[in-house]
Amino acid sequence: MPPLLTLSGISKRFDSGTLAIGRLDLEVAAHEFLSLVGPSGCGKSTALRIIAGLLKPDAGTVAFPNGKPEMGFVFQEPTLMPWQRALGNARLPLDLKGVARSEGDDRAARALKRVGLSGFEKAFPRELSGGMKMRVSIARAIAAEPKLLLMDEPFAALDELTRQALNDDLLKLKEEDALTVLFVTHSVYESTYLSSRVVVMTPRPGRVAAEVALAPPPARDENWRLTPDFTQQAARVSAALRQAMVAA
Amino acid sequence: MKDWARYLTPLFVFVAAIATWQWRVYALGISPLVLASPSDIWGAFFAHWDVLGPALLFTVRITAIAFVLATAAGIGLAVLFSLSRPIEYALYPFAVVLQVTPVVAIAPLLIIWLGYDNLTEVLVVLAWIIAFFTVLSNTLTGLRSADHNLLDLMKLYGASRWQVLWRLELPGALPFILTGMKISGGLALIGAVTAEFVAGSGTDLGLGWTITLASRNLDTAQEFAALALLSILGVSILFAMTALEWALLHRWHESAVKRER
Repeated sequence: MPPLLTLSGISKRFDSGTLAIGRLDLEVAAHEFLSLVGPSGCGKSTALRIIAGLLKPDAGTVAFPNGKPEMGFVFQEPTLMPWQRALGNARLPLDLKGVARSEGDDRAARALKRVGLSGFEKAFPRELSGGMKMRVSIARAIAAEPKLLLMDEPFAALDELTRQALNDDLLKLKEEDALTVLFVTHSVYESTYLSSRVVVMTPRPGRVAAEVALAPPPARDENWRLTPDFTQQAARVSAALRQAMVAA
Repeated sequence: MKDWARYLTPLFVFVAAIATWQWRVYALGISPLVLASPSDIWGAFFAHWDVLGPALLFTVRITAIAFVLATAAGIGLAVLFSLSRPIEYALYPFAVVLQVTPVVAIAPLLIIWLGYDNLTEVLVVLAWIIAFFTVLSNTLTGLRSADHNLLDLMKLYGASRWQVLWRLELPGALPFILTGMKISGGLALIGAVTAEFVAGSGTDLGLGWTITLASRNLDTAQEFAALALLSILGVSILFAMTALEWALLHRWHESAVKRER
């Protein structure tokens, strides 16, 4: 089965002269949960933006062998429109695609319900907590029923309990919608908990330093985080990250 | 500060200032030609209302027309500039030149171009020149302040330029536009009065020309009465704009949201 996405020889230098990505080769299989980890400034977010078509690479190609899938994007910040209620924010991609208002409302309300925000449709972002705002952001990303979900450190600013709850919700959404998730994070533990594969990047200019295949249990919960199995898998990711830093 | 204190404090200071003014004028025997007392000014309102009333309406009309045109032109041009950099580069310098050139210097030209028969139009144009730039400048800043991640999201979902403008840039610019309008409302009034000083008012009489005539007639009380009307008008415009700002922003924008204590 061909991969969902292939990056071949991607490099990117910003106008400031900073070489963000040296040469990046990466394949992402359909339905996998792939985490990109690496030190700050190694080009993880840049790679995500290139895949989304928001940045043009200087060299290399982004290919979707099965055709370009519907994509959703979740940023580190919730990035909501403060003048729109939660429902209006979740409905944004549907509005832009010309979906009829009533159908858009229904689908956005369903997306909000799936992220646990039923009853908050009429709330403005400023009336919501940080975790709830991030849930609206995820609802917006899934409202248009994407096949590929790109997430750029979405839970980095949240407290640990909220972060763990959102990790579990994300896994559930991934299973229900058969999503492919490309997840950027700094956290070894988060990447271990969520992913079936972790790609470790070198410090700038970013390229792939190592790939760590993980074997998470079919059903994950907080108890798994306390097991030796989880610790061992996290240790492998951590060792790969440390090695990438030393090698650089 | 408690709510009642917030309103009563300025009221108390105002009443005290008026009382002191009244007392000083009588105690020092100041000539009414130099400084009219508050009671004389109050009397002038009634004695000259046949002049002051129509003058007030005329100034309100000039101010309102100039303000509406300034708002429309300011927002319209800002949108145009945000859609096209070449148009901005071509036209923005003219807007700046209009803004920095004193209306006193432009008025004679406008009178020549529009004619003495159309002094009302001259006043509107002069007041508009003074009032429009602040709307243009604020709106342009607002349109350019859209969240870059939201712009990226719009791009990801294939939004058209029109959709980006309508769904993201204009709503996001609303606080900036309202700030521009708030300043512009006051400037339109200043513009309307200043324009009358430099261009006259033709057959109609506005508050600006009323002040000029009262000054020439050494009717200081009437001059103060006209000034008081201008102040009341200016404050009313500010209150109206503040109310509009609150109505449009209080649910979502930090500047208008009431803070919990």
